[in-house]
Amino acid sequence: MTIRWKDYKASGFHDELIRGGGRPRDAARFLTRWLSQLKDDEILERKAAAELAIQVMGITFTVYSEEGGSIDRAWPFDIIPRVIAKQEWDGIEAGLRQRVQALNLFIDDLYHDQKVIRDGVFPRELLADSVNFRKQCIGMNPPLGVWAHICGSDLIRDKDGQVYVLEDNLRVPSGVSYMLENRKVMKRVLPELFEDAYIQPVDDYPSQLFDMLASLSPRVVEHPEVVVLTPGIYNSAYFEHAYLAQQMGCELVEGADLVVDKDDCVYMRTVDGLSRVDVVYRRIDDLFLDPEVFRKDSIVGVPGLFRAWQKGNVALANAPGCGVADDKVVYAYIPDIIKYYLGEDALLPNVPTFRCNDPIQRKHVLANLDKLVVKPANESGGYGMLIGPQASKRACQEFARLIRNDPRNYVAQPLIALSTAPTLVDTHAEPRHLDLRPFILSGRDMYVTTGGLTRVALRKGSTVVNSSQGGGSKDTWIVDLEGH
Amino acid sequence: MLSRVANRIYWMGRYLERAENMARLVNVNAHLLLDLPQRVAVGWRPLVEILGSEDLFETLHDEYDERSVVRFLIGEQKYPSSIISALAGARENARTVRDIIPREAWEQINELYLNARKQLQSAYGQRKRYDYLNSIILGNQQITGLLAGTMNHDVAYDFLRIGRNLERSDMTTRIIDVRSADLLPVEGDLSPFENIQWMSVLKSLTAYQMYRREVRLQVRRADVIAFLFRDQRFPRAVYHCLCTVADCLQQLPHNEDALRQVGHLQRMISDLKPEAIDQQQLHRLIDDYQHGVAELNGLIATSYFWTGARAEASH
Repeated sequence: MTIRWKDYKASGFHDELIRGGGRPRDAARFLTRWLSQLKDDEILERKAAAELAIQVMGITFTVYSEEGGSIDRAWPFDIIPRVIAKQEWDGIEAGLRQRVQALNLFIDDLYHDQKVIRDGVFPRELLADSVNFRKQCIGMNPPLGVWAHICGSDLIRDKDGQVYVLEDNLRVPSGVSYMLENRKVMKRVLPELFEDAYIQPVDDYPSQLFDMLASLSPRVVEHPEVVVLTPGIYNSAYFEHAYLAQQMGCELVEGADLVVDKDDCVYMRTVDGLSRVDVVYRRIDDLFLDPEVFRKDSIVGVPGLFRAWQKGNVALANAPGCGVADDKVVYAYIPDIIKYYLGEDALLPNVPTFRCNDPIQRKHVLANLDKLVVKPANESGGYGMLIGPQASKRACQEFARLIRNDPRNYVAQPLIALSTAPTLVDTHAEPRHLDLRPFILSGRDMYVTTGGLTRVALRKGSTVVNSSQGGGSKDTWIVDLEGH
Repeated sequence: MLSRVANRIYWMGRYLERAENMARLVNVNAHLLLDLPQRVAVGWRPLVEILGSEDLFETLHDEYDERSVVRFLIGEQKYPSSIISALAGARENARTVRDIIPREAWEQINELYLNARKQLQSAYGQRKRYDYLNSIILGNQQITGLLAGTMNHDVAYDFLRIGRNLERSDMTTRIIDVRSADLLPVEGDLSPFENIQWMSVLKSLTAYQMYRREVRLQVRRADVIAFLFRDQRFPRAVYHCLCTVADCLQQLPHNEDALRQVGHLQRMISDLKPEAIDQQQLHRLIDDYQHGVAELNGLIATSYFWTGARAEASH
């Protein structure tokens, strides 16, 4: 037996590779045709090769337990890639650039004149409530006027094929190392398909990242010292921190490796003595960055780091305080924000979002709780959410009470039927839900990854794509059928 | 290279070596006890004394019986120099430098620790104790070989060797100390056993064969002392360890203070007169030497590890 696309049915959802009746989408035709030629044992062979490659390359995510020590779990991976036509991707990429450009202007404005508030586009009280607004950053001018240097935006596709931005991660977005490693695995496993140069490469991300970081250096030197600051080996994204440092040829440092001297400059402690640091790509949350300014109990931060940044002696990426633009209530205003700063309509739509602070929208939300997803503004990772269509009557009543008590803290969205893609189950393909996280770099220029990290819910019917909860990933192919 | 990384690699080297030598130390005493007649048997207390760990021991145990001492030296988690604690320390340090050492080395260190813990009960009975201790010794030898054969011989490797050789020289003197005068009662005539005892010291350091090749005489106290302290070719001899430390330090910046202290220790060892020194003098010299090593450790820490600000990574 082989993969028979005629038997493949993703009914009720948009499938990324297959239209109705087992017919492939244009960009995926060369892939589906090739896959259907494989015999069962060949499929299993390729799958085993992928698993071996992942093991040999040491692609892991870390779960630590005191008993067994740290357990590095192999990265769950599906060998059928997700394919997007380059023509479509170009549109998405333009939308992402526009969005992140506007977000940076918005953040810069919030920490300066707050014109967006004075002009009545963004309500003042939402800013007052924001847990990610850092008053210490008011008046700061980070290099190039950019705050969010690295952004990871989550994209989803609804059943009508429309791509939406689900959320923007501006603080310490992770996952890009898996995007890079997934491609390396695929080149080992399905080398034949890379011979025709339809598939756009992804591997210049580390050098793009390094160039962007180096361009932030406050010192004009030929080789600015760029370091990656990690909370340490117990952090679940440690693999990525070490990976990016290695790929960029930078030191991977922990807080205790850095010291801010009397001259308010940042140095790292080396066996040769103190050595000046110009740019810190920090993978530590704002609140743990500097115990002198933020949480005093932080042991992973660097005392004085904020002061050094304020004086312009070091660049921090992302800049402290940029998380103000990624809470769920701000999200609802992003189309207006794009219009306000750029005078353009958003190229990439938001998922329609009802703001409960608006009386009319709130009324609609309260009347339709059983059809909507309700999200609190300042929680992440799916905490404190109500998924109306799957919730009990009591849970809906409870949320109605929460919304009435604190309407500004809630937004509501229709439930999006996430798109699917064929995913290997034994030796045949079944539809599984997925999303996509591209990464956008902003420095002097902007750069968008070619595709991004596709996360897939490996459990049938599930829409949870997190690796800790049965999620896996796929390689993402941007395919140029017009030949170049 | 980052100070933190250098510090962790240095301690990884020290802890691995400590585990191996602790196994050798327990072995030498066990053999000694088998060789000596009951009336002069010294028991297990001297082992705890030469490690300077009586205070902690006495808070945990009432008597210096075999069972308590062996448990303390091999499996006691509260004792930072026990085999289990040393291996745990090596593993924690290795974990944080996984991107510097070869992957297989991390796996071996992890496995050595996990096995040592799993088999712990077998170390407490006499019958399987030798096998257990031997597996610790061989496990560390394997890691040493793996690192020598697969890791870049760069600054990181220098720190590893400095840690390993400092620890080894210190532990070699402790193993010699087991046979030192004020620990063994001089009552009666021990001379018939003299050779046997020195032979067991040699054997516990895997030094017997090499000694025979170098010395070619029967086992004699003065010759054994000369060999284990001053030999320049035997890799567990104190002087040889110091020369290795000096070689590694030569590769590092601002090494003056540390090198001066190594020179001081080297002179201490080369001034030693094996024929003339009695057991008490030997014991005092060993004490002085161990203090000198502690001082050298401090100088290395100040020069390279910034440990003023981060003492937590060490012991």
